[in-house]
Amino acid sequence: MASLLSPELLENIGKTSPPRLELVTRKDIRKYAIATQQRERRFLDGDEAPPMFYLALFWPVPENDQLSPDGVAIDPLLPEFPLKRAMAGGLKIDYHRAIHPGDVLQATRELSAIYQKDGSSGTLIFYEILMRVVNERGEPVVTEKTTRILR
Amino acid sequence: MSAVAVPDIALLEPGQELPVREFAADTTHLFLYNAVLWNAHRIHFDHPYATQVEGYPGLVMAGPQLGDWLHQCVTEWLGDRGRLQSVEYSNRRAAFVGDTLRSTGRVVAVDRENRQVTVAVSILNQNDEVLAPGTIVASIYG
Repeated sequence: MASLLSPELLENIGKTSPPRLELVTRKDIRKYAIATQQRERRFLDGDEAPPMFYLALFWPVPENDQLSPDGVAIDPLLPEFPLKRAMAGGLKIDYHRAIHPGDVLQATRELSAIYQKDGSSGTLIFYEILMRVVNERGEPVVTEKTTRILR
Repeated sequence: MSAVAVPDIALLEPGQELPVREFAADTTHLFLYNAVLWNAHRIHFDHPYATQVEGYPGLVMAGPQLGDWLHQCVTEWLGDRGRLQSVEYSNRRAAFVGDTLRSTGRVVAVDRENRQVTVAVSILNQNDEVLAPGTIVASIYG
């Protein structure tokens, strides 16, 4: 099947977002722990963040003109894809260090891959976003690879 | 019935089960979760939009919320006896407010030399449909 991926589209591979710096607070950890129904005291007291807390810490904070009508933040890292309908994707997360209140963490995101697969049900486009979270010493804290599928 | 797994590297065997936990897929926790994320996706809080525009049967639970519950299957089991190293999962089906969800975990590999255990985890709904399958690798402290 013909490629849906133009050279211009593929040029976006390697594109990165500006680094984001965030301070971890005990209050934010506690709110996350309650929202996710944690039962471990260390999480509920905010002494340590539940593993996926990083996702809330670095969720985008879009300004009003960056919100689409369905309430989703427009991701400036993503190009216009020829397929629009998003299917379920997957995550691969590596946890290098625990997160504690007072930590100052930095996240960078990279559009690390775009590829096409042709199957019996048609053509699918896959893209991957790699997020690296490091601490103030530059040590890795979390590495997350998200794969999204478009059809 | 499979044996219950104990987070002791000497006692772990493939096939052992982790404790099952039920999670409330309710409006309150859906709101709190999207509030801590700052997630304005309307399928999570705007019932007419979710049902009439997007065609869902109700308000949609947030995908990463189910991902967090997968994590808790193992973090609660480990307590202070180990830590998560890596997690891989996908959201295959949506969950809706009012669903009865549960997390399950089963030991699939034990590496005693490196003190690592691999657990197959899932979030299932009341119809036993797997919504979010995954695999978690954890290290067990000595």
